[in-house]
Parts: sequence; C-alpha cells; structure tokens
Amino acid sequence: MPLNVALVSPTQQVWSGQASFVSARTTEGDLGVLPGHTPLFGVLVDGAVSIKGLDGTTQEFNVSGGFLSVSNDRVSILTESVN
Amino acid sequence: MGAQLRIYRRRMRSVKATKKITKAMELISASRIVKAQQRVSASTPYANELTRAVSAVASFSSTDHPLTTTKENPRRAAILIISSDRGMAGAYSTNAIKEGEKLAALLRERGLQVSSFLVGRKAVNYYKFRNREMAGTWTGFSDNPSYENAREVADALLEAFLADSTETNLGVDEIHIIFTQFKSMLTQEATAKRMIPLEVVETSEPVPAGLLPMYEFEPNAEEVLNALLPRYIQARIFNAMLQSAASEHAARRRAMKSATDNAEDLIKSLTRLANAARQAEITQEISEIVGGADALASASAGSE
Repeated sequence: MPLNVALVSPTQQVWSGQASFVSARTTEGDLGVLPGHTPLFGVLVDGAVSIKGLDGTTQEFNVSGGFLSVSNDRVSILTESVN
Repeated sequence: MGAQLRIYRRRMRSVKATKKITKAMELISASRIVKAQQRVSASTPYANELTRAVSAVASFSSTDHPLTTTKENPRRAAILIISSDRGMAGAYSTNAIKEGEKLAALLRERGLQVSSFLVGRKAVNYYKFRNREMAGTWTGFSDNPSYENAREVADALLEAFLADSTETNLGVDEIHIIFTQFKSMLTQEATAKRMIPLEVVETSEPVPAGLLPMYEFEPNAEEVLNALLPRYIQARIFNAMLQSAASEHAARRRAMKSATDNAEDLIKSLTRLANAARQAEITQEISEIVGGADALASASAGSE
C-alpha cells in the first residue's frame, strides 16, 4: 500500500501524490517513513525532504523548518518555504 | 452657443471623465478578485493540515500550553482589525472598523482593557483622527498580502501575548481578529473571531472516530505545540488577510460598478437637458428673426 503524501506551504500545495518512501530531518535526526508507519508528529529542521515516487524516481525539496505528520499511511509535510 | 448649453456640455465632459476612471477601476478589481480568490484557495491545504495537526496535538496531549488555556482573570485584550489601504470600496473598511468598535465595547463591558493592532491605512487614519492609542500598525499591503506580512503581524501579537499583562501595559491575555469574510462574489461579511486562547475545535462537522490517531511526538508534545502554535496563528492571520483582500476587491468592484451606472444616468439626463437648452436657443433665434422680419415689414408698410 503506497503512502499518500502532501507537501504544502502557506501559499501553495507544492507536491501531492503517492509515494513509497519519504525521508526528512527532524529535530531528533533523520527519519524515514515507509507504508505502515506508526502515527507520528515531528518538528522538522532546515534540510532536504526526499520523496520516492512509486515509479522509483526520487524528488528532493529543500524546506526551511516545518512539521511532518504521519497517520494511516497519510504523510503531510507542512513547511513555510520550499526551494 | 448659449451660456446654458455651454455649462451642460462642460458638466457632461467632467462626468464622462469620471465614468472612464470608475469603469477602469471596476475592471481592474474584477480581474484581481479572481487572483485573490485563487490565493485564498491555494492557502487552504496548508491551513487545513495545520488545523488538523493542532487539533490532534491539543486533544491527545495533556500539556497545558499558555496558548490553549484561558487565563482566570484576563486584564487586557488585543484586537486586530484588518481594513484596506485605499478607499473607493464602498463600506468595506467602515464595516470592519465598526465591527471592531462593537467588539471593543463588548470587551470593555467584561472589564477588559483593549489595545488595538491595525492593518490598513483606513483603520489607522480612523484611530489617528480620534487620537486613540494604537499598539501596532501595518500598512501598504492590504490588497495583496504576502506570508511575510502575516508573520510580522503574528509575531507582534504573540510578543504582546507572551508579555505579562499584570506588570506591563503591553501584555494581553486574549487576542481577537476582525476581518472580512469572503463568502461569495456578492456577500462579504465583517467577522470577529477569538484567536487566542485557541478554540481548537473549529470544524462544524463532528470528527469521526479514528480520524485522529494516538500520535508519537518528536521530540515531545510540548515542544511540538511550542513550534506549532505560532505557525497556526500565522496561518490564520494570513488566511484572514487573503480573505479580506478578496473582499476588498469585490467591494471595490461593486462600488465602482454603481458609480459607473450613476455616471451613465447623469450623462443621460444632462444630454436631455443640453438638447432642451439647444432647442430653446433655436426657437428663440427663430422667433427673434420672425419678429424682426415682422417689424421690418410693418415699418415699410407704414411708410408707403
């Protein structure tokens, strides 16, 4: 079962779709999310968020702070700005 | 050309010039509403996700965060009024300011002091003219606010909130926001809402069980709330600003449309008056000529 990922900033929805793997850096360290992950809410630090799509391609986004929430294979990444 | 006719023509020219301006403003506003609406809807996913997150954290952690708990004896409340920078938008700014006055009166009744934070030149001028104290003012972006603007305002409000209200005259215990809700192209409504302490449950529909799971927090619930709540306030202020901007354009479009219509009516009635004046002039000239010819004819008849 794939992950439903949404990467949103205050002004727009940057990316949304299905993915097989998401990695991001929280205040505690790097974090990877695979399908079936336990519900989690984390504070992100500045750094890269990478989303591995179902076709195997990986997309990288540079975020400046934000939050990551995981529940029922639904991943939302909230950030103030994306480069 | 007679004097009367000349005056009518002059007035018609001036009304026509005014009509051109109001028509142009109407068209500009009409095109900007669409853009403003798109910005409102582009900002909704973020606001929704954030609201979801805040509700989840607030309902599943037992931490008492200052932003979510109501103080026992509030002494001072802040109101943030979002108005426009420019006029020509009918009663748009007036409605927001009046809503603010109502809320301030209500708060004073509860025994609270009110400090005002103002966005938009119209509200600032209203307060300045009445020599009222202003806790903070921001101008220059009412028709096209950016997230940075919202952050500035939110930071000032949060700073005031975190200051101790019992010691200084700057600290506040409650924050209310007054903005103009964009309901549709035709309806916009000035609304007052309490922002802090948070009324976290905002959705009208009941939250289905199992929608909000037991979260693990990283690093911990309190840190997460600390980081989350300022963002939540910023997002809400940003959303309020965007809605107000859309409402401002809609109000201006409507005001300019009726101004254009009025100018058209005025031109029509002035044209009628000018035509009547011209006709009267012609009639008078004819009767003068006929009278003159008559007088000549009767004078020459008498001399024979």
